[in-house]
Amino acid sequence: MAEIPHLLVHEHDDNVGVVVVEGLKAGTDMLCCITSDNSTFRMTCNDDVPIGHKVALKDFKTGDTAIKYGEDIGKVVADIKQGGHVHTHNVKTKRW
Amino acid sequence: MTSKYSNMTVKAYRRENGRVGVRNHVVILPVDDISNAACEAVANNVKGTLAIPHAYGRLQFGEDLEVHFRTMIGTGSNPNVAAVVVIGIEPGWTKRIADGIRKTGKPVAEFSIEQKGDFETIRAASWAAKGFVHDASEMQREECSISELWVSTKCGESDTTTGLGSCPTVGNMYDKLLPEGITGFFGETSEITGAEHICQKRAINEEVGERWHKMWKAYQDEVIFAHQTDDLSDSQPTKGNIEGGLTTIEEKALGNLEKIGRTSQFIDILDPAEAPQSGNGLYFMDSSSAAAECVTLMAAGGAVIHTFPTGQGNVVGNPIVPVIKITANPRTVRTMSEHVDVDVSGILRREQTIDEAGDALIDMICRTANGRFTAAEALGHREFSMTKLYRSA
Repeated sequence: MAEIPHLLVHEHDDNVGVVVVEGLKAGTDMLCCITSDNSTFRMTCNDDVPIGHKVALKDFKTGDTAIKYGEDIGKVVADIKQGGHVHTHNVKTKRW
Repeated sequence: MTSKYSNMTVKAYRRENGRVGVRNHVVILPVDDISNAACEAVANNVKGTLAIPHAYGRLQFGEDLEVHFRTMIGTGSNPNVAAVVVIGIEPGWTKRIADGIRKTGKPVAEFSIEQKGDFETIRAASWAAKGFVHDASEMQREECSISELWVSTKCGESDTTTGLGSCPTVGNMYDKLLPEGITGFFGETSEITGAEHICQKRAINEEVGERWHKMWKAYQDEVIFAHQTDDLSDSQPTKGNIEGGLTTIEEKALGNLEKIGRTSQFIDILDPAEAPQSGNGLYFMDSSSAAAECVTLMAAGGAVIHTFPTGQGNVVGNPIVPVIKITANPRTVRTMSEHVDVDVSGILRREQTIDEAGDALIDMICRTANGRFTAAEALGHREFSMTKLYRSA
């Protein structure tokens, strides 16, 4: 891959991706890569997001489920716009 | 079927019981906390020995005492250990541990402190230790098949990069080397929560899967739910995990399970510090997710090399087992490279495939088995932490 991706997504079914570069700024036109088959797409990031943190691939409403690895990783507890930062402020475990 | 991994060999120590070790430690092993000082004095007298002080060993009972004995006997029995001097406050438990280690056939000497005092015990034990060091220092490495290695794994200070890079690297290694006949260990019972349905399906058959689920559920019911005071969101995931971008225990568990690869299945489950009895293959050990406790238990189970994926940068080591650190996080490589043995950050830049990263780890396993110091060894990380199930009497 000539250009280094900003965001990695495990599976096509996932609705969140992981920032893999340091210092990502809001407004960045991100190169996003789905690791299961190396397919790519582009999306604009709407927040400053630290490396390792997640970005929403779609608009979420409270009560939706976040999907990563093709699996349920928790419930959305505050609305999130596509390109927004996804973390403990808007997603919680369904376990405890 | 032969693969490019079938003919790999390492230069290692073949022990009396046939097992293969990659280090040649002469260990001075305290039975209990109050014998630590004597052990450390012996290790100070005799160079080339290693005291392993720890916090417990008095007034334990029941299953908690059994875990203590298994950990002590397993540590001494580990093939990375050439010979052992055991020192305890009284002769009964000292003999029990020494006899347990003697079953391997390796040299063991035992000493107890009551009726003698530290001075006399240290004098006698130092003579024994000196003899063991002379013998161990003449032992030669010999060519052994890579299939004879017992390799454990547990990740720490995980973040989202561990699930993307370093854990799949370990999984790729297991997918390649388990078919060659190595023995593997994974565990971290509490950390599978959120992906237990997936883990159960990785058992070799339904019976093992059901036993696994019963063990996992017992931990949930008897420990987590019996003792929780809050929703555990600050402990699982940890503060470090959350800083690294992991949001929920489900997300953490799914990344953790990447360590057993795509095709590997576990053939049996082990109690804490229990040695495998069902032949070559992958085992799940019921174990804490705390790094030093888990590595200590797996070393006591007989693992001779530990592979440790980290995201935010865990620094753990072990006194007798080399701990190989693998990270895919470029920030951790930049800020903490002295702790990193295998840099797989190329996976995140899509410059390195998981297959290539797995091969890089196998190469580092071979080099480490041949004698290369890991970062943790070079930095003197020798964390030895006993697992305690409940309060002593």
